[in-house]
Amino acid sequence: MTDNVIHVNELRKIYKIGEIEVHALDGVSFSIERGEVISIMGPSGSGKSTLMNLLGCLDHPTDGSYILDDEEVSELDDDQLAGIRNRKVGFVFQSFNLLPRATALANVELPMRYAGQVPDRRKRASEALESVGLADRVHHRPTELSGGQQQRVAIARALVNNPSILMADEPTGNLDSKSGKEIMELLLNLNKEMGTTLIIVTHDPRISEQTQRIIRLVDGKIAEAAA
Amino acid sequence: MNLGQAIIEALESVSSNKLRSSLTILGIVIGVGAVIAMLAVGNGAQETITGSISGIGSNLLFVFRGNQTEELSHVEPLTLQDANALLDQFQAPSVDKVAPILSDNLQVTYGGEKTNPTVYGVTSSYKDVRNYSMSEGEFITDEQNLGRASVVLIGVDVADKLFGRRDGLVGETIRVEGQPFRITGVLVSKGGGSFGSEDNVIMVPFSTAQARLMRRNRDSVDTIFVSVLEPELMKQASDEISQILRERHRTSIGADDFTVFSQDDFVATAKTITGVLTIFLGGIAGISLLVGGIGIMNIMLVSVTERTREIGLRKALGARKKDILIQFLTESSLLSLLGGIIGIGLGWLIAFIVGRIAVASGTPFNPVVGVDAIILATVFSTAVGLFFGIYPANRAANLQPVEALRYE
Repeated sequence: MTDNVIHVNELRKIYKIGEIEVHALDGVSFSIERGEVISIMGPSGSGKSTLMNLLGCLDHPTDGSYILDDEEVSELDDDQLAGIRNRKVGFVFQSFNLLPRATALANVELPMRYAGQVPDRRKRASEALESVGLADRVHHRPTELSGGQQQRVAIARALVNNPSILMADEPTGNLDSKSGKEIMELLLNLNKEMGTTLIIVTHDPRISEQTQRIIRLVDGKIAEAAA
Repeated sequence: MNLGQAIIEALESVSSNKLRSSLTILGIVIGVGAVIAMLAVGNGAQETITGSISGIGSNLLFVFRGNQTEELSHVEPLTLQDANALLDQFQAPSVDKVAPILSDNLQVTYGGEKTNPTVYGVTSSYKDVRNYSMSEGEFITDEQNLGRASVVLIGVDVADKLFGRRDGLVGETIRVEGQPFRITGVLVSKGGGSFGSEDNVIMVPFSTAQARLMRRNRDSVDTIFVSVLEPELMKQASDEISQILRERHRTSIGADDFTVFSQDDFVATAKTITGVLTIFLGGIAGISLLVGGIGIMNIMLVSVTERTREIGLRKALGARKKDILIQFLTESSLLSLLGGIIGIGLGWLIAFIVGRIAVASGTPFNPVVGVDAIILATVFSTAVGLFFGIYPANRAANLQPVEALRYE
């Protein structure tokens, strides 16, 4: 039996806009193995953002089942989902989403604040920053960092709680090609070293070709799930 | 997330937008300052008034014409005969001395100077009943009263006004309503009192006042002062007086056409009045606190909107509703608590200045900032922050992470 970190079955998301029902995700099923590097691709309106939100436990599916790390999460309430996100999901956003007033260290500490009692919070945060190569930028604020460095802080923040999956939404979208390349290298390296499952949402084929598998979405359905 | 961290984050957030935070706080500062100052002034007024009433004398009863609570069709005036009847040892054994008086504000002149003091027509017993003493001369005697003598005692305010000095005045002649009166004594200063200054007075014999200065029906009097043998007998004396007057006026039960008042009654009445005044002033001040609270709500709503993405991010990182709620409630309470603390200082300052102005203008008046007022203001201002923070914080806590993250 394979070790699946994610198992999705007939997952649906229907938005109601006035009288019209929009089937953003129309019954998708797939599994992702632990440690895999996956990219989700598709044109805009294909449902890839919806899928990312559901996989990241940011939203409730209308129907279907989603097992994350052996736990059925499709029926959980808002606060339970918050707990799952805190423990099992790391997020890397296109626009970094760092707290502008907080230092790199404080930004990385943030997920641990919501995790309850975490010993050595500061030490773990500095180690995470070290692992993304920012040991000398610990006390800098986001405005004092370059885009690539800011994204590294965001990656450290995503990994600090040892999540089961790392969700990256266009992680290189706001970066120049050099820093973008470095960030991709870093993500792939961390995947190799720590074995964290990496899911990248992108429309950039140069990104997706570096992943082991591509899930292509068209009109809320999986068009192709090839190796 | 524990409360300590929440407070640190709130402090960071408040201090990161200093101008906005201080303007928001200003609303609360003014509100709390006004409440504290008004309560202090109200309490001070109460203490000053009750203090001066307590100086009247603890064994003194006042008998007035009329009834404060009942609407009566016929009110018999109090008369000299009523006053004399109260001296009956058998019907009123608790009564010591009785002093009927007439009073009016009349013009008094000396040379080119003139003034309008309160003129009392008194008998010799008034001196003991009211505890007057003389700095020179003698009090009005029974002989002067019988002879309707044109003599007058003057208070120090009148002396200052007419003569510019307080001694060597016995033998001078002043005019009351144009009629000459010879000064036979100067009263020792009693200081400010509850019935205006007790020094801005002159006294003439009762019969003289009755015959020449204040026309009244028959033998009617304005007030009867009664001194009681012992302070413990006040209630009893009051009952005895009421009984005698009821018989004399033939009033039906519960329809007395007179009122017997003691110092305690005055104090109670004054306390009621100043209490209402304090509540009234405090209420008005409270409105400004309310306005300050609305200011906080306004700013918190703006803050929630501005930080929608941040809220979304925090939720993505695992913040529960409760965490976001606490974060924003801490921030709004902190704003109003800061405002409350500064406001207490401001209110204290205002009360102090009001006290100084009052003293400078001759009224001994000491505003009292009580611990109760400080606690009230602190608790109330924090409660205002909490209350007006609830709506914005709830809005933040209920944001959906997906939409919040997408917000531009």
